[in-house]
Amino acid sequence: MIAASSSPLRAAQGAPLDAPPMISVRSLVKSIGPQEILRGVDLDVVKGETLVIIGRSGGGKSVLLKHLVGLMSPDTGEIWIEGENIIGLSERKLAAIRRKVGILFQGGALFDSMTVEENIAFPLLEAGERNASVIREKVNEMLDVIELEGQQDKMPVNLSGGMKKRVGLARAIIRRPSCVLYDEPTAGLDPVVSDSINQLLRRLQERYHVTSIVVTHDMKSAFHLADHIAYLHEGRIYFHGSPAELERSADPLIQDFLLGRSDGLP
Amino acid sequence: MASLISAVGARVISSFTYIGEIVVLAGETFASIFSQRLRWRLFLNQIVEIGLRSQSVVVITGAFTGAVFAAQTFFQFNKLGMGSAVGAVVSVSICRELGPVLTALMVTGRVGASMSAEIGTMKVTEQIDALRSLAVHPIDYLVVPRALAMMVSMPLLVAECIGVGIAAGYFVAIGLLEVNGTYYVANMVRWTGMRDITMALSKAFCFAILIVFISCHKGLTTREGAVGVGRATTEAVVNASLAVLIFNFFLTMLLNIIFPAGYQ
Repeated sequence: MIAASSSPLRAAQGAPLDAPPMISVRSLVKSIGPQEILRGVDLDVVKGETLVIIGRSGGGKSVLLKHLVGLMSPDTGEIWIEGENIIGLSERKLAAIRRKVGILFQGGALFDSMTVEENIAFPLLEAGERNASVIREKVNEMLDVIELEGQQDKMPVNLSGGMKKRVGLARAIIRRPSCVLYDEPTAGLDPVVSDSINQLLRRLQERYHVTSIVVTHDMKSAFHLADHIAYLHEGRIYFHGSPAELERSADPLIQDFLLGRSDGLP
Repeated sequence: MASLISAVGARVISSFTYIGEIVVLAGETFASIFSQRLRWRLFLNQIVEIGLRSQSVVVITGAFTGAVFAAQTFFQFNKLGMGSAVGAVVSVSICRELGPVLTALMVTGRVGASMSAEIGTMKVTEQIDALRSLAVHPIDYLVVPRALAMMVSMPLLVAECIGVGIAAGYFVAIGLLEVNGTYYVANMVRWTGMRDITMALSKAFCFAILIVFISCHKGLTTREGAVGVGRATTEAVVNASLAVLIFNFFLTMLLNIIFPAGYQ
């Protein structure tokens, strides 16, 4: 791994330098069928920072993200979240971890039989909240945050790609998780909508101070959001540093990725 | 020869694995029923989906099965001067075999297919991953309400099918084939007992368990997008139908020991 400074464990802005990582990934290996997707990923994410994971399509970024909430199990390796190793935990024990970590899926993964309002309110209802006015108030606050006021009665099938991602985001953060994972938040969106999503994510970081891990191959989005950037290449973290350090890197592999050059690729 | 043995062995292992997965799913579901809170709204929705919306299918199946069975029995028995025995044959047969099996097959086609397709679509569109990521166990949310609703609805549907079948047989025998109504009812009441109804309801409960877990398992293990959903739905219907027919034989042999057929 190319570490852009003396240690890959750097604190985010505002976090103490010796702060323990909120999430630690150690030697994570995962194969799907004959293909080895992750070949020993090591990664630390400090509380409060925004880490952007970049890498080529099909390189295992989304697979890594799903491991962080226990949606996939590795072949070997460890994932520590706030001091607890989540590998090997049962589905029921993982529920406690999942209350701390929200995830925005690439396609939104909205429940297609529910309205926008029901989708956003779902985590509250499942948490046992039964007071309709409290639920409505929180849903309206979320609709305001994601700028979709007045759309609460729409079904997911009637939403655009960008709107689905906004609703998915509202659903992921309504219970105020301490960490949010974003899987390709701008994939498949036009540049204007992509920019609005980036602005929204930035606003959320400023408003709620959540730890964020964003998986993307959209470099504009990466530079807009990141405190730190990790480059996942051939199943390992190849680079981990600040956006400025990434830009300054003379490494040909990183330069090829940043400039979108395909010379020499199979 | 070696490759043939290897292929057969692999098939046997995969069959046992499949059955094992369904048993594990059933075990986790029953554990959840007794240890987790029940989502009443989902349960009632499933009662509507399984019980209420199967009414027309079950009534038509019961009515025409009872009618045609009464007619066929009469055509044979009348030659022997036993036309009034039709009522007993129809009611006992519908209670012990036709009612539970035909209702189970119709419910498999209507409800089992819908369950596997709905859960399968949720699986391939990451909605089940979304549930899990929101700390909601898919078995608690998707399987438990369906399993409970099926276990409640199936015995009622079977009872309805039996009632409609017997009534339809009565109208065909008395109204169209001019069998003596008094003897028809007297023979039916004499030869049909509580044991037959208990057997019907026991079978209905067992078939409900088979259908719901085979269908939900297929949905939860769906892969490969729309094609996978189609395949899972077809396999759920075929496997559940075959399971009902095969299990019915063993259930009949077992239940006949507990509830022996015939006039006691």
